[in-house]
Amino acid sequence: MQWLDARLPLPRLVYDSFVAYPVPRNLNYAYTFGGILALFLGVQILTGVVLAMHYAANSAIAFDSVEKIMRDVNWGWLLRYMHANGASFFFIAVYVHIFRGLYYGSYKAPREILWILGVIIFLLMMATAFMGYVLPWGQMSFWGATVITGFFTAFPLVGDPIQQLLLGGFAVDNATLNRFFSLHYLLPFMIAGVVILHVWALHVTGQTNPTGVEVKSSKDTVPFSPHATVKDGFAMVVFLVFFAYMVFYMPNYLGHADNYVEANPLKTPSHIVPEWYFLPFYAMLRAITFNIGPIDSKLGGVLVMFGSIIVLFFLPWLDTSRIRSTAFRPLYRIFFWILVADSIFLGWLGSQPAEGIYPTLALIGTIYYFGHFLIILPVLGLVETPRRLPGSITEAVLARNAGGGTPAHAAAAPETKG
Amino acid sequence: MKKLLPALLAAGLAFAPLSFARAQDGQEPAQNAASSEEAAAGQDAGAEAAEEGHAETPHYPLKHPEQLSWSFAGPFGHWDVGQLQRGLKVYKEVCSACHGMRLVAFRNLDDLGYSEEQVKAFAAEYTVQDGPNGDGEMFDRPGIPSDYFPSPFPNPEAAAAANNGAAPPDFSLLAKARAVTRGFPTFLFDLGTQYQEAGPDYIHALLTGYGQEPPAAVEPLIQPGTYYNPYFISGPALAMPPPIADDQVEYPDGSPQTVDQYSRDVAAFMMWAAEPHLAERKATGFVAMIFLVVFAGLLFVVKRRVWAGTPH
Repeated sequence: MQWLDARLPLPRLVYDSFVAYPVPRNLNYAYTFGGILALFLGVQILTGVVLAMHYAANSAIAFDSVEKIMRDVNWGWLLRYMHANGASFFFIAVYVHIFRGLYYGSYKAPREILWILGVIIFLLMMATAFMGYVLPWGQMSFWGATVITGFFTAFPLVGDPIQQLLLGGFAVDNATLNRFFSLHYLLPFMIAGVVILHVWALHVTGQTNPTGVEVKSSKDTVPFSPHATVKDGFAMVVFLVFFAYMVFYMPNYLGHADNYVEANPLKTPSHIVPEWYFLPFYAMLRAITFNIGPIDSKLGGVLVMFGSIIVLFFLPWLDTSRIRSTAFRPLYRIFFWILVADSIFLGWLGSQPAEGIYPTLALIGTIYYFGHFLIILPVLGLVETPRRLPGSITEAVLARNAGGGTPAHAAAAPETKG
Repeated sequence: MKKLLPALLAAGLAFAPLSFARAQDGQEPAQNAASSEEAAAGQDAGAEAAEEGHAETPHYPLKHPEQLSWSFAGPFGHWDVGQLQRGLKVYKEVCSACHGMRLVAFRNLDDLGYSEEQVKAFAAEYTVQDGPNGDGEMFDRPGIPSDYFPSPFPNPEAAAAANNGAAPPDFSLLAKARAVTRGFPTFLFDLGTQYQEAGPDYIHALLTGYGQEPPAAVEPLIQPGTYYNPYFISGPALAMPPPIADDQVEYPDGSPQTVDQYSRDVAAFMMWAAEPHLAERKATGFVAMIFLVVFAGLLFVVKRRVWAGTPH
């Protein structure tokens, strides 16, 4: 090992990053989702590579090849259900991970690059998931692809060429399926690459923690192994219990029945809905039903939808508060949970037809979403009076264990005791 | 496309009664994309109008399917082999006249408790086209276990032409391809009850739902040549006539020869056809869950030990 280390310091890198690496001692279970995401990236790549051995990316036989996997390939049904539900659980974990970052101010200096890399991973995940959903070539695959690639036609001049480039033609067809399959295989490895940068950036700045106070001495930290390893491992297995429950008992619960009907370009399903993890963005897209000056409603909707993610890139500079952890920001804590509720509300609206009162509600939800980032965050940082911060992580931990504790913190994260 | 929909919706409202003529069956091949979208939009508009109370066209299905108890439901779900055999008999003697099942092979029937000999004999009752032979000719031969169930029509167009314009859907995946929306909050409870039987419930409800008197508001929407069925998922009436009657199929095991029993049996059979590894999946899941829960418990104990001396 020393022989290798002297020539290529890989063992040292692993030792420094995953064994001796100091982590704050007060991390709660919300901080385990990074590890869970890494696990799921691995699961998706492994199951995906095996599925690709049996899948045929040709519009004439793609649907049947998926059914062959389900019926005739040994454990094919398990692989496919793990891969399909794995995508959903990937998004569950990433949403918890993102909201944890929002709650504990993980995007603030000096972690801006870390946060921006995370948003890039999120974007890549969305592209990967969307293209993956097209591959079974069911009705929802086909019409979802038609709708989503149609977004690009909203842009003047460049829109139509971009759409034709994506589709490889003028409509979703065999060429589309082929390039989507190719990109669906490529993007996960790009995600893995950005994940390496993400972890690298994390290990340069160190993790945040529920108090938001930076690590000040070695007393504030514990070594990654065994402390974080075993805690992350426990959280992963608990997460896998829920995953296994869905895979084995309700594998089609998160899917749509129409995707068991083969794609038919001549027949549109009555409701075209994306997978659940895209629903909030879908609601924002459909919320813009009016023209704004030279921007027609279609382009407006597309801009709002992309804007909802682009705004996250600027988050480190939009939040003017110097306090990192929401646990010490009594007013922001309320607005944080309103944002969570607003996102779930938008998700529900995305699953409803775009009729009656729904677009209006979606518009209200969309305005609030942007208002949170563009108005509430900058203003609140200037006017809010934060609670007194503890002197150090150790001080906060010992105060809580002594019985008194930091009530704000205890209330905000009941799972902290783990 | 997305912003096209509201416009189509408006058009759909205007043409709603007209477009229902096209929305007879889920599998109907529309003449062109535009008319099909119009039909879809018309349905949305109808549903919305119904919710607002000034209903011109109601929300489909008019009645929700009854929830039955199935042997394959729940965490310990398993096939009732006798029921699947009865379902196969119903399919063979009645449904297969119009509906194919192209993804199921005869060899799969050993799941239904048949021996290799019985499967061979069953397959041999069918004639399968094979070829080309050495002379370049296609020829007919008796089926063998590796053959798939032959479809009754050579292509969807022929199927539609022979069936009043609505091609009978293939049975292979139908039990997973039809589900009536559960709505809030039922879909949340379903997470706990593991309700995954929307397909067979729907099939049973549809097959037993014929012969009812349509309400006066719905009657004008029913097109000539279609049959009123309040359980039909995408309209008031469908092109399929009542497919089965009491005592039409003889059950050697003495089960009741009623439409209700036939419907249950064929729905269970279709669930098997759509998901042949269902019972195996649930049995594997039980072992996997036990392993994961025990593993999590052990990890929790280890974690407690590791962190014991560290206030956190």
